[in-house]
Amino acid sequence: MSAIILFTAVSIAQLMLAAAMAIASVRMFRGPRAQDRIIGLDTLYINAMLLLVTFGIGTGQVIYFESALVIGMLGFVATVALAKFLMRGEVIE
Amino acid sequence: MIQPAADIPVWAAIAVAFFLLVGSGLALIGAIGFLRLPTFYERIHAPTLGTSWGIGGVMLASMIFFTVSSGRLVFHEILIGIFVTVTTPITFMLLARAALHRDRAEGNGNVPDKQNKSQVATDVLVGSGSRDV
Repeated sequence: MSAIILFTAVSIAQLMLAAAMAIASVRMFRGPRAQDRIIGLDTLYINAMLLLVTFGIGTGQVIYFESALVIGMLGFVATVALAKFLMRGEVIE
Repeated sequence: MIQPAADIPVWAAIAVAFFLLVGSGLALIGAIGFLRLPTFYERIHAPTLGTSWGIGGVMLASMIFFTVSSGRLVFHEILIGIFVTVTTPITFMLLARAALHRDRAEGNGNVPDKQNKSQVATDVLVGSGSRDV
């Protein structure tokens, strides 16, 4: 019983998160200006991180958590560097 | 087919499913709003739905699942939650300021002008309406 509930919930959550990633990448490719593309990238990696944690729940393995943590940290650094580039024209002054 | 590693009781499975669906549903709603809202300054609000309770719901589900299935307290997912909660406002504030800077530099008419600090102080002292620029 609980396996069926878990399997259904994990499948629906994976579908929703994949749809969210697809929508974010649509905005990333179509976005009228650079800042829209950067926020699309930000939303894309946040949803990819959630999808990895959901994979971890589905398979019962802890290793997905570590990859999600790495994605979160690297994504933050990347987005801050891109925002700095938009603001000043260079990343390291 | 995905096989859950351990057989957990039904109440825990229902709680995990609930938080998982709430989190991923909020992430999806945030992404849809991000696609549909018209201007950038409105659009920047939508993904925070996914980074506040989207993250919170999925991390709560993961914490409940691993705590129940392994029989000990597992809460290292809260690291991701705290990290994303702290870093998302920094990221979006930097991006909004960069976008405002770009709009002002290009002369798009629909953003507020840069306010001079001494001018604002004078306005507060003298009273509003005395600015003649």
